Parts: sequence; structure tokens; C-alpha cells
Amino acid sequence: MPLENANFLVVEDSPTMRQLISFSLKRFKNAKIIEAVDGVDALKKLSGPEKIDLILTDINMPVMDGLKLVSLVRQNAQLKAIPIIIITTEGAEEDRERGLALGANAYISKPIQSSHLIKTISELLAV
Amino acid sequence: MSEERAEKFLELFNKGKEFTEELLRENQRLRYRVATLETGEPNADEISRLRAEIQQLTEENRRIQERFREVEEENKDFANRYIEIEEQNNNLANLYVASYQLHSTLDFKEVITIVQEIVINLIGAEAFAILLLDEKTNDLRAIACEGEDVVPGVENLSARLGEGILGSVAKTGESYYINQDVDGGRVTLEKPLAAVPLKIKEHVIGLIAIYKLLQQKDSFSAVDYELFSLLAAHAATAIFSSKLYSQSERKLNTIQSFLDLLTTTS
Repeated sequence: MPLENANFLVVEDSPTMRQLISFSLKRFKNAKIIEAVDGVDALKKLSGPEKIDLILTDINMPVMDGLKLVSLVRQNAQLKAIPIIIITTEGAEEDRERGLALGANAYISKPIQSSHLIKTISELLAV
Repeated sequence: MSEERAEKFLELFNKGKEFTEELLRENQRLRYRVATLETGEPNADEISRLRAEIQQLTEENRRIQERFREVEEENKDFANRYIEIEEQNNNLANLYVASYQLHSTLDFKEVITIVQEIVINLIGAEAFAILLLDEKTNDLRAIACEGEDVVPGVENLSARLGEGILGSVAKTGESYYINQDVDGGRVTLEKPLAAVPLKIKEHVIGLIAIYKLLQQKDSFSAVDYELFSLLAAHAATAIFSSKLYSQSERKLNTIQSFLDLLTTTS
């Protein structure tokens, strides 16, 4: 998959973090960034007309958390192939294992380093 | 007739002799050449030419290797510089987004929420408190906090201006940091991991006290100190202006109500 023209879905309840992640994603040429404030909002955006190439999600969010979102995406035949990156303050090894076991492709602990995020996305989208 | 034939025969014989002698000479020359080559004794000119060539090639090889090392060093420098710039770029982006968010609203509660988000997500703090200074009483009081379960009592944190670590930070306007590994001291409510004043120029309006970092963050990095101070400065102006705005809003409402009352009674 080319790294240009990719559509990203950023799922994060904190506007500051949403903006920070979106800002980092602007490094990808012609990237389209779609934002969602929680898991339910993310599922709505995923069923919309835009084809999403990669999901970046927080874990702790109101209404529906990131782990539930990962689990639902992986159970959905149309969405299950979309790579997912979890970005969270939960840095314990068991949290990481749980996230990856549910089907996330990568797990990044906050505070995030933009370069690390870009590298992870590039690796996932280059497959 | 037989005499003529004898002469021709003699002539032919002489030519044959000459040819044979020539072949013998050539044979001898070649034998000598073979013997020379077999003994490995090239002539002196050839040897000196080859030696000069070897020396020239060795010198060239040395110069190329030296240049290669230089280029490799330059490459390493560029790579390190790239990482450094990348990191600075990242920090500038963080700072830009954080300050943009802080100044995006005049709602006091919203500003405090944004400060909390920044301290958690950008600084990587798990337990902390935001204290504001009451200039009438000279008391510092926590107006927001995170991690009450990790550091009990952080929600009711208070200090007198000039007293203890928190009071001193508020009075001097100087940041306070401890390195857990070096200082070895236990973090207590009175002795945080870090305390950064919220100041507008030299005027301190409060401080942020950090008690615990996120599990994945071992300690503050060099750039954290700078970033934290810059963020605190932005947070201070955002908190101060939103506070002034909400106060003026309240006063405006009071005056408006008073005017309404006056107009209705008259």
C-alpha cells in the first residue's frame, strides 16, 4: 500500500491528543485524517463512505473504549483487515499483551514520540 | 649441363644452411628468454616501474580508506543531527499543539482540563496536582489533580507561600526537580518529583506538582525540563486570562441584573 493518500482514523477523547496525533500524520503526503471521540463514533466513521487505511485508537475513552473497538473491528468481515495502532497511557506489559491479543497490530505508550509513530505506521502500511 | 645443375644444388644447399643457422640462433634466443623467465629475474626497469605502481596504488588505497572513514563519520554526524532535529521537531509540534489548545478557550474549567491532558499525555505524569495561589491569603491550593488512588491526599494539597518545597517554588519562581535515583528520597506530598511554577513573566500564579510518572516513563529526559517550563508558561497565561474572563463575565452578569432590576422598578 502506498504511504501517500492514506486515510487515517484517529480515535481519541482528548482534543489535545487528537490534534497532536493528527499533526504527526500530516507528514504523510495527502493524508486524510478523520477524527472520532470514542469507539461508537469510530464505528460510525468506519461505516461511512471513506475507506480507512489505518486506525489509531486510545484505550480509555467514554461510551466505548479502545479495546472494545479493536475487538469489534476484528470481528467485522469488512473491517477486519484494517491495521490498528493502540496509543495509550497504559504502559504495563499485560495491557500491551491484551491489546495485541485482541488484534491490534501495534501498541504505543504515551507520551508518544512522533518519529516512533511515523515509523510504526510506515511499517504497517508498507506491508 | 651437369655443371649448371651442380651450381643450383650448391646454391640451394647454401640457402638451406643459412636457414638452419637462423633457426638455431632463434632457438638459442628463445631458450635464453625461457631461462630468464624461469629464474624470475625481470629486468631492473620493469621492477622499478612495478614498485612505483604498487606504491602509487597503496597510497591511493590509503587516501580512499581515509576519505571513506571521513564520509562515514560525516554520515554518522548527519544521522545524529537528523535524529536531533526530528526530536526538536517533535517537541515543537507538541508545544505548538499544546499552546494552541490552551489558548483555544476562555473557559476556566476547560483550560484546566487541557492542562491536565497535557501533563498526562505530553509530560507523562500519572499523579499530579495543579495549585493556584490565593494572593489575598498567600495560600496555594489544589484546584485539579490526577492519581488520587496512587498518591492519597493529592486532591487536598495546599501550602503556604514560601514554606516547604511547594511554597518555595511559588515564592522564588524556580522549578524544582528531584532525581529519584540520585536523591533516593521518597516522594511525599510535601516533596514531589517535580514542581514547576505557573508564572507570567515573574508573577507566579500557581504551580504544577508531579508525584508519579507513568509506568513506562522512568525519569524526566533533558528536553522534558525545557518543555515543561514552556508549557507551564503557556498554561499560566491561559489559566490567568480564563480566570479574569470568568470573573469579568460574573461581574457583567451582576451589573446586568442590577440594571435590569433598576429599569423594572423605575
